[in-house]
Amino acid sequence: MITGYVICKNEYHDSVFLMRVAKKLSEQKGILQAAAFMGTDKNKVLLAEIGIHGADISAATPNDLILAVKADSQQFLSALLDNLSQWLQPEQSRGAATTRLTLDEAVVQEPRANLAVVSVPGAYAGRVAQKALEHGLNVFLFSDNVPVPSELSLKEYARARGLIVMGPDCGTALIGGVGIGFANVVRRGPIGVIGASGTGIQEFTTLVHRGGAGISHAIGTGSRDLSDDIGGISVLSALDALESDPTTQIIAILSKPPGPVALSRLRPRILRCQKPLVICFLGLKKDVPFAHPRCQRASTLDEAVALALQIATGHPPPNFHGESPQLPALLRKEQARMKPEQKYIRGIFAGGTFCLQAQQILQDAGIFGHSNTPLEGNLELADSWQSLEHTLVDMGTDEFTSGRPHPMIDSRLRYARILAEAQDPGVAVLLLDFILGFNASPDPAGELAPAIAAAKKQIQERGGFLSVVASICGTEEDPQGLLRQTKLLEEAGVVVFPSSAQAARFCALLAAGYRKVIDEP
Amino acid sequence: MNPKLEELLQQGPMAINIGIYDFAESLQNQGAEVVHVFWAPPAGGDPEMMELLDQLL
Repeated sequence: MITGYVICKNEYHDSVFLMRVAKKLSEQKGILQAAAFMGTDKNKVLLAEIGIHGADISAATPNDLILAVKADSQQFLSALLDNLSQWLQPEQSRGAATTRLTLDEAVVQEPRANLAVVSVPGAYAGRVAQKALEHGLNVFLFSDNVPVPSELSLKEYARARGLIVMGPDCGTALIGGVGIGFANVVRRGPIGVIGASGTGIQEFTTLVHRGGAGISHAIGTGSRDLSDDIGGISVLSALDALESDPTTQIIAILSKPPGPVALSRLRPRILRCQKPLVICFLGLKKDVPFAHPRCQRASTLDEAVALALQIATGHPPPNFHGESPQLPALLRKEQARMKPEQKYIRGIFAGGTFCLQAQQILQDAGIFGHSNTPLEGNLELADSWQSLEHTLVDMGTDEFTSGRPHPMIDSRLRYARILAEAQDPGVAVLLLDFILGFNASPDPAGELAPAIAAAKKQIQERGGFLSVVASICGTEEDPQGLLRQTKLLEEAGVVVFPSSAQAARFCALLAAGYRKVIDEP
Repeated sequence: MNPKLEELLQQGPMAINIGIYDFAESLQNQGAEVVHVFWAPPAGGDPEMMELLDQLL
């Protein structure tokens, strides 16, 4: 094996583009491993971990591109590194990017602009967002790692000027039918959404669409907005705007539980709201009241969707509990071939909200375990890379995404984790989520299906059976196609549910000895 | 009152994209108006230089 690298000075590219470059490089003949990183300190550490270092790498700046390769031979290495320019060409026509503008120049070119979509690295994001606000633009701030004081300052500045900062760490918004960031193709309709998490918004909006209704707007706030540090500034702005918006008839608020200070600010505003509200604070025990006839509480995203649909259509909502007549037979079938020592659920999530919600549903069924993002009552994993007993791991956290794209874009780490879980004789069930929509992987099911098949095969060879349970968050109109993705998973032997909550409930039944319940009623 | 936010909801996004190019492309594919800004770390990513630039500008 031989290693080599090239440094391209002043050649900045975004992380998603570089992920595709690294993937293409690693697919070339004789290439064992490839990396494409900007020269940040964090990325230099990642390169050192795979044995690639040097004085010129140490001297590289965040503006310098480093392409590093491990190859079978010098011949393959040279063939690749001698023709660098071809790997840095965009792979498709790139219509929107035709000029080299600064933000100041872009505002002059498009004076009607009303939104800045900011996804630069976190260390720079606050500066860029502030500049956008000073130009009178609302901000969708996708970047994470923005410090709390910077978030607070941006949001106070925005609120004082009638603007909003969606984020930081805002994955999704839908404004007038246009998806921003990771969003799905859903019909327009009367339900407005305020959401602290991107995947929470995606699950809610796609289930509303699949339930026959539609979305007016979905406004992301960032995961910390309802913390006491921030005090719900963006939630309050979004609530004001959706209440005034004539196309919005119902408002749903989806978040982790608010802090007490944020809740004390939010509660009177909610009680003043003249439109019906559905509130889902995932992970909150059910004892925080919003005693108001127009305000209903849901404990899961499915319940929030069901309540919103009922208000929107006046009809009973579809069954979101997955309690079909086929369920007992399906459970029996999945459990029949498991060995007695197979006891544990392993949830490998791309969506952080799905990981949180699954923990809540399992706890409600009396199943407690471990997580890198533990709900109260669960234990924090000592090593996020290593599961223990029941484990639900959010693979979108910093420890997994440092120097890599999010698992919604890049399935490689989840692929490896699925294979790793199959090594454990105690594993009974894998719980997975698949997220479709704009900017997500073009084929998430196709990317993980080989790992699922290999894991099932490995456990079968040990005389057991691995049950793989999944949900798909998306619509048929999404670029990946819901039906096609479902078919791919079902062909790989996966039990597929329409929502993450249903998939988690099925796992709870599998793990809680449902066989006994249904065999001995 | 949030006049700028309400304007965004009424008019739909007319966006300036700074960072990941794919976000500009997906907005454009949905028929939204978008201008993409080619961004690179200012001052070569040197934090001290950035502080100095902040003070000067």
